[in-house]
Amino acid sequence: MTRVSELSTTEYLLSGNRACAGCGLGIGLRAITKALDGKMVLVNPASCLTVLGGMYPISSLDVPWINVAFPSTASSAAGVRAGLRAMRREGEMTVLAMAGDGGTADIGMQALSGAAERDDDFIYVCYDNEAYMNTGTQRSGSTPAGARTTTTWTGKRENPKDVPAIMEAHGIGYIASTNAAFPTDVYDKVLKARDRRGLRYIHMNTPCPSGWSFDPKDTVKLGRLAVDTGVVVLYEIEDGVFRLTGRSASLAKSGKPLVPVAEYLAAQGRFRGVSDETAAEIQSWVDARWAGYGARHTPVG
Amino acid sequence: MSYKTIDMSRPSAGEAGRTGDWRSNRPVMQSELCSAVKAGRLTCQICWSLCPDACISQGMPPRVELEYCKGCGICAEECPTGAIAMRPEREHGTCDLPEADAG
Amino acid sequence: MTTRLMTGNDAAATAVKLARAQVIAAYPITPQSPVVEQLSRWVEEGELPAEFVAVESEHSALSVCIGASTVGARAFTATSANGLAYMTEQIWWAAGARLPIVMCVVNRAMAAPWNVLNDQQDSMSVRDAGWVQLYCRDDQEILDTTAQAFRVAERINVPVMVCYDGFLLSHTMMPVDVPSPAEVDAFLPPRTAPLQIVEVSDPRNVGPVTPADPREDADGALQPGYMELRAMHNASLLQALEVVPAVDAEWSEAVGRSWGGLVGEYLLDDAEIVLVAAGSLVTQLTLVAETLRAEGVRAGALGIRCYRPFPADALRDRLASRALALVYDKALSYGNEGPICGDLKAALYSMDGEPAVYGAICGLGGRDVTLEHLAQAARDALSDLEAGVAHRAPVWIDLAEGSMR
Repeated sequence: MTRVSELSTTEYLLSGNRACAGCGLGIGLRAITKALDGKMVLVNPASCLTVLGGMYPISSLDVPWINVAFPSTASSAAGVRAGLRAMRREGEMTVLAMAGDGGTADIGMQALSGAAERDDDFIYVCYDNEAYMNTGTQRSGSTPAGARTTTTWTGKRENPKDVPAIMEAHGIGYIASTNAAFPTDVYDKVLKARDRRGLRYIHMNTPCPSGWSFDPKDTVKLGRLAVDTGVVVLYEIEDGVFRLTGRSASLAKSGKPLVPVAEYLAAQGRFRGVSDETAAEIQSWVDARWAGYGARHTPVG
Repeated sequence: MSYKTIDMSRPSAGEAGRTGDWRSNRPVMQSELCSAVKAGRLTCQICWSLCPDACISQGMPPRVELEYCKGCGICAEECPTGAIAMRPEREHGTCDLPEADAG
Repeated sequence: MTTRLMTGNDAAATAVKLARAQVIAAYPITPQSPVVEQLSRWVEEGELPAEFVAVESEHSALSVCIGASTVGARAFTATSANGLAYMTEQIWWAAGARLPIVMCVVNRAMAAPWNVLNDQQDSMSVRDAGWVQLYCRDDQEILDTTAQAFRVAERINVPVMVCYDGFLLSHTMMPVDVPSPAEVDAFLPPRTAPLQIVEVSDPRNVGPVTPADPREDADGALQPGYMELRAMHNASLLQALEVVPAVDAEWSEAVGRSWGGLVGEYLLDDAEIVLVAAGSLVTQLTLVAETLRAEGVRAGALGIRCYRPFPADALRDRLASRALALVYDKALSYGNEGPICGDLKAALYSMDGEPAVYGAICGLGGRDVTLEHLAQAARDALSDLEAGVAHRAPVWIDLAEGSMR
């Protein structure tokens, strides 16, 4: 596992960008671009990333970037890849499609499913801040139960879609779940994805101070708490082999119980007023998932 | 046809302006507490790795670029030795950013 | 050059192969499907060295073309009706992003009511999206126009729709002269570098959010705002009024066949009544003009080959001092009139020698349009003209009033 001190000091994300203070995406994006050493083309639809990228004629990211229509992230990326291959340029750069959770779990799902079924050759990163943050925190298919958004005023009733599981059902070779608060975990997964072919899917949970309603200083703390409670689990599925990674692997190995989800809920304004019943349901959902992941975990070696 | 024919940006820092003026609290490095300083080598650098805005350079101690630092406070929160303090901007005066080179 | 019996869809696919398209993406829809079936076969069999991406929707078909075209590849797709409507978002995107994509639109009626047969409502519904739209009257013109479309698109960095009537042309066999690859290569060079820069050594952000007003870049140079970019796009689209005829002339030099550039005309010289349409109707109207002339009416036919940009000057030139222009539309701007009719009226408005302009709606949802229908509509129009009718609501040809009561 890469250590912080081993990360490249080259910065592709530029300071003075439009992202909110404490935006988890900035942390994750720095790790992603470092892992690809800037030899990439970002394919990106409407999302917070677009905002971070800035308005014409100035860009806040020092890598090639193509903005595309909201539902078309994966299909546009497939086209970029096909075009590069047709031009004999595919060795020049990794195609990195990157969309938010709404752009992935909702409006982008059809194109993503098509690309996965065809096993098109690019990396797809969903940065999951668990709602349509760019448009003002409306619920998405990836918003957790209990969370208040501007379209679920009393808290969402449904659990989020398990997009990595949907991607796994497509039979693609590499799937990973990570968290932007763990830049070395993000980095290692992108590095591994970089050296594979076909569609590689990385789901990056991304704490969002404004949408989740917490102090911007706590972005990394929230990411860590998400992992410690099992709300977010760090894992990868390589050629069908499931493995917990990093902090999630350590937690499983320790055999100690997870931190109660109630602590995670209490740390965020979006869960304010969640009923005990809903909190218990969320805890059961987390426990069942954690047990399932634990049962599937294949230790290294 | 010139490149102006389509909207195609060039990279530059400060797309959103001098985002340091978003800040209400400023990170202040207390060098004597920084583990890299204490170790005398480029260790730790956690604050650098976790800055969402790439406003911290690696170093002993790491250095914060105040022109763009939005003051989120993640570096202070995550510093394992508590070497970074967030201090209210008013303690530093309100208009003491370095003059911008351009415009 | 060899002559082969082929359908309109075969003619389109053959042109795409001759044009050496590099990325082809498509999704099946009647009556377009045979175009991409043929192309995928050629790609699989190694006859056409291209990337064929079998996408899961029309939206993705055009998205793949957008991605591929952005990095410099020559990209092609084809669709019809609801498929075209489904990709509408990307139709606007492709044009605004200034990508020289070529798309065949095999004209089919829009649902609902559900119908797979021909009219031109589909492509007419996206006439304002900033593409060049070319309409074909027969299979030969489909082959020639599709090949020309790549040249036009790449010269002005605007995408081109090649529209032809579903079934009437797409599935109808006709003898078609197929130029040799060498002849087409001489006419159509490989695509030059795209406007877009996608290079690791010179990173750019292509197509970011663009403010309304011009904004300075990091070096202090003022760059255009949204309106300026749109104005430049429109200026480039209007260049097609010169480029389409020029490319048609180059094609004529290369293969010995011209289609008249912006408009096609027949028996116009002394015509008092000019029958106007786009697509396969134009072929029919040449026969109708002959029929009317046999009846002593000085009739001619005028086919609109380039509908967008609208060839207003060419039409003014051809229609000045005629008594009547009768426009047959296979589409309707619902609540108004036929799209070609409305555009023509606007183009001729207050011109010296402005003719009366009447509209007729015909052939919706594949309703058979016979030569007699067309001729009778012209006779009726002449009666109205003689009766002094200056403005006339669109007439629906062959409408079975009895079935509506």
